[in-house]
Amino acid sequence: MEKLNKIVSTAVPIPIEDIDTDQIIPARFLKAVSKDGFGKNLFRDWRYHQDERPVKDFILNNDTYQGQILVAGKNFGCGSSREHAAWALADYGFKVVISSFFADIFRGNALNNGILPLQVSQDVLDQIFSLIESDHQTLLEVNVAEQTLTAGNLKVSFEIDPYKKVCLINGYDDIDFLLSIKDDIETYEKSRVFTL
Amino acid sequence: MTLFEKIWNAHVIKSIDKNRDVVYIDKHLIHEVTSPQAFDGLRSRGIGIFRKDRILATADHNVPTINQHLPIQEPLSRLQVEKLHENCKQFDVELYGLGHQYQGIVHVIGPELGITLPGMTIVCGDSHTSTHGAFGNIAFGIGTSQVEQVMATQCLILEKSKTMRINVEGTLGKGVGAKDIILFIISRLSAAGGTGYFVEYAGSAIRSLSMEARMTICNMSIEMGARGGMIAPDETTFEYIKGRKFAPSGEKWEAAVDYWKTLYSDNDAVFDAEFTYDAQDITPMVTYGTNPGMGMGISEHIPSENTTESTLKSLNYMGLHVGETLAGKRIQNVFIGSCTNSRIEDLRQVADYVKGKQKAPHVKVYIVPGSKQVEIQAKKEGLDKIFEAAGFELREPGCSACLGMNEDKIPSGEYCVSTSNRNFEGRQGQGARTILTGPLMAAAAAIEGKIVDIREYLN
Repeated sequence: MEKLNKIVSTAVPIPIEDIDTDQIIPARFLKAVSKDGFGKNLFRDWRYHQDERPVKDFILNNDTYQGQILVAGKNFGCGSSREHAAWALADYGFKVVISSFFADIFRGNALNNGILPLQVSQDVLDQIFSLIESDHQTLLEVNVAEQTLTAGNLKVSFEIDPYKKVCLINGYDDIDFLLSIKDDIETYEKSRVFTL
Repeated sequence: MTLFEKIWNAHVIKSIDKNRDVVYIDKHLIHEVTSPQAFDGLRSRGIGIFRKDRILATADHNVPTINQHLPIQEPLSRLQVEKLHENCKQFDVELYGLGHQYQGIVHVIGPELGITLPGMTIVCGDSHTSTHGAFGNIAFGIGTSQVEQVMATQCLILEKSKTMRINVEGTLGKGVGAKDIILFIISRLSAAGGTGYFVEYAGSAIRSLSMEARMTICNMSIEMGARGGMIAPDETTFEYIKGRKFAPSGEKWEAAVDYWKTLYSDNDAVFDAEFTYDAQDITPMVTYGTNPGMGMGISEHIPSENTTESTLKSLNYMGLHVGETLAGKRIQNVFIGSCTNSRIEDLRQVADYVKGKQKAPHVKVYIVPGSKQVEIQAKKEGLDKIFEAAGFELREPGCSACLGMNEDKIPSGEYCVSTSNRNFEGRQGQGARTILTGPLMAAAAAIEGKIVDIREYLN
């Protein structure tokens, strides 16, 4: 997993609520057997018409808005557990998603792929949308170690699970840790009172 | 202690910090879509499956629902299903592939084969894994990185969820079923209302439900954002499990039931949130928007309050407007299937209603059984003949038009009354407009060619 500590970038705003993983990456693109190349189909059906023409007013087709940070409405990533959504965001180049609320499975999938799901209050989210709307070149700074988000005069701290913070900064996977405690797992298996 | 805490605590190997535990997983179900990259991960690490007796594979998401005996036509689907076969062979994983008598939707086959049992932890790379919670276990969907972790270690590092109890008390009205209960709950709590929680469903209306109906309820827990849903096991549960293919038997059965009887929330258990609803307030439900929280009773109107930009975008996609009622809305497709409503009781209910009736000429009807076993049983009972006479088509098992990964897609702009679980934009095909209902409402829509209030059509 790639390390993530500090990002300074402009941001891409999508002020829509309840963006589900079927929008992030539609099911018909889940047939791949590798993790690569999902970025070109990120938000596919919002980005392109059915005849493949780009949807002009969709933000990813507007060169004004670019960057490694996506800012989205509340309950981002709801629905399907497909990790392909995180792979698509990462492959497109996003390192951070800011929202006022994340769906559970997406949050985990993002963290397992070196993407920070950064949760802020609805009020702060609205302020960030306003800042970007008034100046699309507004730089956002995300510091994982210090757990701070800075945008213009706005500076807020954010929560991150201490274990996941270490993983993100160092690029560690859960699997490395789990493989290192195999003895504990086997001891547990032997000690179970009731098992089927 | 709550039921959730009892099961969770029994599976904790060690704590990482105050929020996170290493949790042992009893059963791991896999399918073709979310497993190939996990197998690749094992290969690149040079490791195998840690506990082969705890993993089971099937092919469901991509498979065609006609002519399953022939090679899969769509090249990418074929490749993914072939990859599953190769991977299962290489890593020695039991696979119920196409054509196997136990093949089917992963959340339908687990329960019907007696693999899903109370007190377990069960995971699958699919968000509707919550279905299995109907048996009183902790079951939830995971991402592919976690699929790899469970393959490699039979464990996950998990944040302990908060607990919520939802009580539904009283007797359900005419034409109201499990699907209406859960759509009602989600409409009240919203598509995010359960996020961070594990939900226990309780109350007299829940207790009175069959196991299959309980599965429908738990299945859609994820649609309000909850990690999973569960119902304490009782005699209904034990009776359903007894005698199934992989269920414990003899002395093991007695020991299992003794243990399962300890699985309930204690009287003094404390939940982080609790809601109670009156079963009499629930009417046949329909959704009108593009998330399952946007639902209402069939006689209600699309609400005009709290109309946000997101709501308007959603209604625009659906071709609907504020204040409109869905009763009388002409529809073009009906899909009866998915891990929510494709079990034998669903098919019986539909057959019972459509017997001697004819579908509306302009409606295309898909009936897709949840598993080969459901298909075999339906044919044994002659349900296929009833469907055929009504102009419906009983297809072969798979996820089908619930997510349109195979050929079963709803054309752009058309309405589909669907017994599945998600009405997201494009879920059933690009531009498709999904209206979620229970099986009876879907059957009536197929016959009438429009959405109707099922209560007016029942004796």
